[in-house]
Amino acid sequence: MNRFWSVLFLLVPILGIATVLMAMYGVAPLESAWLPKSLSEAGDTIDQLFNGIHLLSAFILAGTVFTIGWALWRFSDRGDSNEKALYVTHNTKLEIAWTVIPALILIFLAFFQMKSWAENKMDRPTVTVDGVTDFKPPMVMVKAKRFGWEFYYAGDDGVVETEDDIFVENLLVLPAGEEIVLQMESRDVIHSFYVPELRLKQDIVPGMTQFVWFNAREEKEIEIMCTELCGWGHYMMKAKLDFVSRAQFDAWIEEQKSAYSPEFKNAAELSALLRDSNKSFAAKFSNDARPQLKLKIN
Amino acid sequence: MAEVTVENSITPDQKGNVLSRFVWTYVFATDHKVIGLQFLFSSLIWFFVGGFLALAVRWQLAWPWSDMPIFGHMLFAESGGQMSPGFYNMLFTMHATIMIFFVIIPILAGAFGNYLIPLMVGAEDMAFPRLNMMSYWFMWPAFVCIILSFFMPEYGAAAGWTSYPPLSVFQGDAQSLWLLAMVFVGISSMMGSINYLTTIIQMRAPGMTMFRMPMTVWGMFITAIMQAFALPVLTAALLMQLSDRLLMTGFFLPENIAVNNGVATSGGGQVLLWQHLFWFYSHPAVYIMILPAMGMVSDIISCFSRKPLFGYRPMVYSITAIAGLGFIVWGHHMFISGMNHTLAMSFMVSTMLIALPSGIKVFNWIGTLWGGKLQLTTPMLFCVGFVSMFVIGGLSGIVMSAPPVDIVIHDTYYIVAHLHYVLFASSVLGVLGAIYFWFPKMFGRMMNEKLGKIHFFLTFVFLNGTFFPMHFLSRMPRRVADPYIYEGLKDLLPLNQFMTICAIGMGLTQLIFVANFFGSMFFGAKAGRNPWNANTLEWTTVSPPPHGNFDVQPVVRRGPYEYSHPSTECDFFPQTETS
Ligand code: HEM
Ligand SMILES: [Cu+2]
Ligand SMILES: [Cu+2]
Repeated sequence: MNRFWSVLFLLVPILGIATVLMAMYGVAPLESAWLPKSLSEAGDTIDQLFNGIHLLSAFILAGTVFTIGWALWRFSDRGDSNEKALYVTHNTKLEIAWTVIPALILIFLAFFQMKSWAENKMDRPTVTVDGVTDFKPPMVMVKAKRFGWEFYYAGDDGVVETEDDIFVENLLVLPAGEEIVLQMESRDVIHSFYVPELRLKQDIVPGMTQFVWFNAREEKEIEIMCTELCGWGHYMMKAKLDFVSRAQFDAWIEEQKSAYSPEFKNAAELSALLRDSNKSFAAKFSNDARPQLKLKIN
Repeated sequence: MAEVTVENSITPDQKGNVLSRFVWTYVFATDHKVIGLQFLFSSLIWFFVGGFLALAVRWQLAWPWSDMPIFGHMLFAESGGQMSPGFYNMLFTMHATIMIFFVIIPILAGAFGNYLIPLMVGAEDMAFPRLNMMSYWFMWPAFVCIILSFFMPEYGAAAGWTSYPPLSVFQGDAQSLWLLAMVFVGISSMMGSINYLTTIIQMRAPGMTMFRMPMTVWGMFITAIMQAFALPVLTAALLMQLSDRLLMTGFFLPENIAVNNGVATSGGGQVLLWQHLFWFYSHPAVYIMILPAMGMVSDIISCFSRKPLFGYRPMVYSITAIAGLGFIVWGHHMFISGMNHTLAMSFMVSTMLIALPSGIKVFNWIGTLWGGKLQLTTPMLFCVGFVSMFVIGGLSGIVMSAPPVDIVIHDTYYIVAHLHYVLFASSVLGVLGAIYFWFPKMFGRMMNEKLGKIHFFLTFVFLNGTFFPMHFLSRMPRRVADPYIYEGLKDLLPLNQFMTICAIGMGLTQLIFVANFFGSMFFGAKAGRNPWNANTLEWTTVSPPPHGNFDVQPVVRRGPYEYSHPSTECDFFPQTETS
């Protein structure tokens, strides 16, 4: 029976590591279980970290749990000897070794990943015009709301939140192969913008403005998920994200401009309206009281 | 040292008839052991409620929008048994709330803390027996609030156990009951922690120095310190959210927001403030939910290895380090929250550091096993299970503490995998091991070993079947009622069904435990004072111990881990034994 238990514990790292590797390297039946293929270079770096730390973990898991299983195998009391257990209370050298070695590994990990974090979240892209360097203006303003996504393209002036913004709901079409900056705000509660293929996630917090940037290398149709609980309809808060060629993108934008309806202007006005009326303490809003945007919804 | 005598005016023996005796002994109990058992039984009942909610969550993920057995038609007759998405949100919210605040914390600190601390330090009761009684009784308003909330229009709070505003502020009235319940739980824990600290500091038996205390007591001690420092912050935050809801203040609400029929506020608040306050409590809370279990596991492993705990002092220092660092890592729950991205770097470093003492503990447990004379009893199996599962939970913790990686896995099923490996596969296994271990002391009878081993085996297999595949789902958002609405997630259905089947198996397995528990209570083999040949003080008294605990005042002569000492004949050396 003792052997049985030690095998049970030995199976943990064996099965655990085997299934993780199967998922990571796409072996059936787990061929599609891991993350989808990365669409950007920043995503590749994250993948390397993700897989690298997992492989490191696999070693540690194997080392520790194998030792446990082996100890059960080797040291179980089978009632066949009167010898007592080893009387050892501590071993300072061992203690130091297993403090210092993991500490070094962890410190290495800590510094090693900082660059990737900075690229993804801290170094907002800049442009230099006439010798003046400034942040690259966002191409689209994302407004998250319960339970959908509003996208406002900058329009001809290249600036979001102006009269000529182009509004599309639940569909984000973007050119592939270009660095794109999105500005994101929430209309109501916290939402989170998650695109697994881009390894991109950012919470969108009411009262704050967030920026994300990415560069997709392929033309592909993928999905945007909301990953912050935002109410009963949270599960259906999805949008399509379509990476197309620059030419297709330009044509598409033209099309959207012609679909531009006068009512659409209300979007900007509506924001202003909401802003003003919210200022009066405890003003009540119901969903129905909000002017509906009658727009072409793709 | 222990010169504090406990004046206890409510003694059960003085009362007359059977009914009043029952009430005085078991309802208005001031005896730490009875209070411990009260916590134990209420936690176990809630454990089953929480388990049902979890199975309902799993049902929806495996067979979305289908008729849930039994409850589907009861609650959703008009939709043919199909649950509503809001109901789903309630399910996981209440599952987490109940499991964390009504099961794990009360069973560790409330049940085992109460039962074991006085016995293990050689005191006749807690320092403040009536405060102790209050600490249990303050759980009941919380129970009432939560039970009531199930009858509110949305069947309960549905903003997640993290209760992030503004969503939580715009939820139905059940949310207010939820907040109140959490306030009561907090008050209860607060009273408990004051009591534990005082008892441990003031009431140790002669000779019981701090460094002769068993790890269980150390775990409870450090936990009590963490509760005492972190709970006031949570309580304040809960009251602030309550006042945002009821008094239209705007602590957590910025300007310019309006939700469905919600109320726009004066604004001026900060959404992220809640998250900082909440995680300032709730990160320490996750250690509150494991340090006592780590302590008990250390004691049990040493006892059944018949070998001293390897590196007792490093073990004590590492839980102290965990407690200290635990207060400066809360930001790792907020890497993606919109918090200053540079700040994330410092939280990352502190989080990496906290993995270190956790690792040291694992190595020391393995060191304890090594060269021992292992007795693979049921409690031992659960504890070895604890250690091996904690390795997985700790390693996934390190994966997530790398912020670039956390970009991908935050708020996905990977998090769910991590937290269940540390909370279920570690803490709950530890608790089950502790129940099997101390049951003879609590009820004077042994639990059935054979059933215990079957229980362990099935639980261990099913829990890995349920939770391990979640590590693969870092593209599947958590808290989503119907993930298959996303094209990219449709292929995950079979995997989710597999996990649900394992979860159902795990649920059914617990019935073996229930049968064993109640069966052994009445029909188990009689246990003597010290059925496991253990060293600590609680085993020197009769099982179950009488009111006042010890027949003679114990005098402590050595540490708790002198197993297989070369100078003794038998392989244990009780703390009180004269040499
Ligand atoms: C080795 C030590 C550990 C490290 C490095 C670690 C790290 C982390 C990190 C970085 C997160 C946040 C992930 C995210 O939301 O993006 C997290 C979440 C969590 N951890 Fe740990 N953790 C450790 C141990 C523990 C332990 C011992 C427990 C409890 C007993 C625990 C319970 C949790 C829970 C409940 C959550 C999820 C909270 C939620 O969002 O609902 N962790 N952990
Ligand atoms: Cu959402
Ligand atoms: Cu944490």
